[in-house]
Amino acid sequence: MSSNYIDIIRPGINTTFQDKGRDHLYHIGIPFSGAMDNRNYLIANKLVNNNLHSAVIEFAYQGPHIKYSGEKINCAITGDVIFLIKKKDTEIEGKCYESYQIENGDEINIISTNKSVYGYLALGGEFDLKFQWNSCSINTKANIGSNDGKKLDVGQRINLKKINSNKDIKKTNYINTKIENIRVIKGTNFDYFSEEGKKKFYEKEFIVSKLSDRMGMRLQGPKIDNIVNTNIKSEGLIKGVIQVPADGNPIIMLSDHGTIGGYPKIGVVASVDYDRLVQMSPGSKIKFKEINLSDAETLFKLYEMETQNLLSQI
Amino acid sequence: MIKNILNLGDAALYCDFGNEVNKSINSQVIKYFKTIKEKKFEGINNLTPSYNKLIISYDLKKTNFKEVKNYVENIHAEDSIDINSKKLEIPVCCHENFSMDIKRLEEILKLSREKILENFLNKEYFCYMTGFIAGMPFLGDLDENMRAQRLETPRVKVPKGSVALTEQFANIYTFESPGGWNILGNTPLDVFDSSKEDKPNLINPGDTIIFKEITLDQYKNYNE
Repeated sequence: MSSNYIDIIRPGINTTFQDKGRDHLYHIGIPFSGAMDNRNYLIANKLVNNNLHSAVIEFAYQGPHIKYSGEKINCAITGDVIFLIKKKDTEIEGKCYESYQIENGDEINIISTNKSVYGYLALGGEFDLKFQWNSCSINTKANIGSNDGKKLDVGQRINLKKINSNKDIKKTNYINTKIENIRVIKGTNFDYFSEEGKKKFYEKEFIVSKLSDRMGMRLQGPKIDNIVNTNIKSEGLIKGVIQVPADGNPIIMLSDHGTIGGYPKIGVVASVDYDRLVQMSPGSKIKFKEINLSDAETLFKLYEMETQNLLSQI
Repeated sequence: MIKNILNLGDAALYCDFGNEVNKSINSQVIKYFKTIKEKKFEGINNLTPSYNKLIISYDLKKTNFKEVKNYVENIHAEDSIDINSKKLEIPVCCHENFSMDIKRLEEILKLSREKILENFLNKEYFCYMTGFIAGMPFLGDLDENMRAQRLETPRVKVPKGSVALTEQFANIYTFESPGGWNILGNTPLDVFDSSKEDKPNLINPGDTIIFKEITLDQYKNYNE
């Protein structure tokens, strides 16, 4: 019935619909989910004149190749992404943080993210998606959200139920800053670790492992010795918690994390650094830097003001 | 009562009710959880009750540690609050098709299959918490002679519906997931149903449940 839709020619590695995520569900075992890099998610929507909390397509590493059918519409891609837009007679290399008008038959081919993990594709309109608990974010582990809770697959067709009448082309000069130092607040089991282990945690480098996804980021580096107990009575987790299991290799909980865990918590990533943390690709080096609660709160406020400022200029 | 309140990162409160795991401490956690959930404090976006802790997550754009801590310290989770618990029977089939770890349990517990089932079935268990994966209930307490450690190497895929044991607890895998608990049987019941948004969980913290054995035939015909 809908006359505006996309066809998935190639789905990419881990392509899902994401929005602001869902809350008030930890107690039954459902995490927030939602776009991993919140700032890039919001900018993508703003660039195509969407409601800021509209659903976008999130992809990791290799993105999707899609074909659009329907009336003229705007699209925008955020992150650090290499992509092509194929029109009837031409193919152009697209730039992130700019909106483009696409029309019937045009294709968007998202080749890959560049030294980062996640990118976002927004279309000027609203996808026709199923909502669960006020969110269409796909949680592939619990099969919750739109698309039966599964990542996008080849041959799928996704309808747009509405397209934006505002078709102004927009652009911003945002550059993703990369950081090596991730600021961390001391965890509730910090004293489970040896003096030597605590020192290593803040002084040595850790490498992001390939075994990282929307649930968690595994790190490799010097082993952090536990001198109390390598298990705790299972208790709640939040995103950003750094757990250290018996093998001494830290795991950082990300947006689709299990809601309960039984490994000691050495630290928690400060909210200000979360968007940049999730963009660290396997092989990247991380150094943790201790920060206190009040500095973390102040820095987040500044980060949030900067985000609002960026959005207001688009 | 809450013994200590700490910050967990910059966007959550860590309320510590003690180190032991027992019904009385857990009931306090559940009372606080239900009281705070009802009051809908602006900025609190999640609550995670567990055996003896309650984690309160908040939106750092709307509130902060000091405000939420102050709020929680002034809450009176009345002793009279009705935790509204249910009593449920869960059918479980322990046919060899499902009881993947029965041999391991026989060896560790030094009990026969019959004795293990006799100890496990037809007894009341208390739901301490739900989570890890959506809807998974943590049920206790198993008898002292029924307590086994997790598998050394967790399974990559535990079948949906698996009823499994570890230490003093039993749980139910609400959907296929990795896991390291000792699998004793399988229930045909849908313990978690995401299409029921208001009540996706069959079992909630505070509920009492009893496992009733069913045969393989009853299992196969259960949902027909």
